[in-house]
Amino acid sequence: MIRVEHLTYQYPDTDTDAVKDVSLTIEKGSFVAILGHNGSGKSTLAKHFNGILQPTEGKVYVAGMDTSDPDNVLNIRRTVGMVFQNPDNQIVANIVEDDVAFAPENLGVPSAEIRQRVDEALKLVGMYDYRMHSPHLLSGGQKQRVAIAGVIAMRPDCIVLDEATAMLDPVGRQEVIKTITKLCREQGITVVHITHHMEECIDADRLIIMSDGKIVADGAPKTVFSQVDMLRSQGLTVPATTDLIDRLNKGGLNLNIEALSVEDCVNEIANALI
Amino acid sequence: MLKDITLGQYFPGDSVVHKMDPRTKLIMVVLYIVALFLADGFAGYAVMILVTAGFVWLSKVPPKSLFKGLKPVLIIIVLTAVLNVFYTDGTVLVQVWKLKITYEGIIRAVFMVLRIVMLICGTFLLTYTTAPVALTDGMELLLHPLNKLKVPVHEMSMMMSMALRFIPTLIEETDKIMSAQKARGADFETGSLIDRAKALLPILVPLFISAFRRADELAIAMESRCYNGGAGRTRMKQLRYERRDYLALVFGVLLIAGMIGLQVVGV
Repeated sequence: MIRVEHLTYQYPDTDTDAVKDVSLTIEKGSFVAILGHNGSGKSTLAKHFNGILQPTEGKVYVAGMDTSDPDNVLNIRRTVGMVFQNPDNQIVANIVEDDVAFAPENLGVPSAEIRQRVDEALKLVGMYDYRMHSPHLLSGGQKQRVAIAGVIAMRPDCIVLDEATAMLDPVGRQEVIKTITKLCREQGITVVHITHHMEECIDADRLIIMSDGKIVADGAPKTVFSQVDMLRSQGLTVPATTDLIDRLNKGGLNLNIEALSVEDCVNEIANALI
Repeated sequence: MLKDITLGQYFPGDSVVHKMDPRTKLIMVVLYIVALFLADGFAGYAVMILVTAGFVWLSKVPPKSLFKGLKPVLIIIVLTAVLNVFYTDGTVLVQVWKLKITYEGIIRAVFMVLRIVMLICGTFLLTYTTAPVALTDGMELLLHPLNKLKVPVHEMSMMMSMALRFIPTLIEETDKIMSAQKARGADFETGSLIDRAKALLPILVPLFISAFRRADELAIAMESRCYNGGAGRTRMKQLRYERRDYLALVFGVLLIAGMIGLQVVGV
């Protein structure tokens, strides 16, 4: 779906590379989480996925299209939809359904089909009942779901959420995570979720950890989280379940560190106690 | 304190006037203003008063709120009346020192006041019965032919609707900044006018910086959603002229014809 080859990016007027020689391939239909600190380069990397930024060195291909070719830009943006951090700064219309219609209107889709796409997208994110509302009266999580609907209405193959949960409260975050997980599992849309919340990565197929512009870990969430000491040395915390098992293990027990979900963790400890 | 700022003062409703196509309403207001300036003599004004009253009645907008809109221009109205009363020559009714009140002066003052009042009522009726977004949409479509003259009609209407969209967001932000400054001891309510104006500076600077940052992010978000100007865009909600729109337009043209007719006949 997205292929990154030896990507290096340096912001204008800076001396250090924000992303250093990163290569990765994101499979179609997968749910990939990218985790890292502020300044780890995760957001910079994401902005290459739909051609907002052009690589300083290296190449990025989206469905085979080179993002540095200006002729591809529109097709790339239609293929990879992007949801940003601040919901207020990406909603363009005064009415929810008008906002969702914005992208298909730009693409020149006929009116009747826009109507259909808008209704469908709003139903998918569970905001259909709010279609006539004014966006500024919605909660953060609801606004972000409207933003997701606005992207889905383009019928993209991939959605990139660039720290889309960073400004939300726990309830709002949960709403967004549930929505994107559903979109990935039921609609087969590739999801790339950029975040700094560990808990949001548990359900992902693949977890990539970035630090200082480089990928430091890449694999299934339970394998990545089991490298507790490595994560700590990067200044990252691990999910509460992993932390608990790690401490028990350091205290002399021998539990499976890959028991990531609360249920697995409970079973693991219960088994050890019996 | 900032919560009650409204722009365009739209009164949502379900009347015929509300449901009319915004393009029709815009054209009607222009026709109405032209008719108003053509009106002359008792018959003309009588017709215009009836027409205005008729539209107000159809729109179901409470006349009280229309008159509220007259308050800011009260001084102009009074001034016009006074000047017309005293500075028109004709049959003198009363004369005190050099000031004289003429019969023609009174008539003209009444006409001028009526003209201003109806002018304001008519245009207010437009903003009262049309949502701001519908208004910008209507304007974009009406001005569409100007595209050929390289006038950026779409961009202008996009800017207008963006501005409308961000009014509540920026008001909220202003409230937040004000609270933050108040928490640090800023005083917005006391002192001379100059002091108070100075106190606003620490609000405006952060507000402007954040507005620019928002604009930047918004531009990227719009581009990410394939926005590249007005060319090739379609609309989900298409405006369509209905029977009532044609009837209204015919009525508007007849009104102007009538006014011209009255002038020719000289009533």
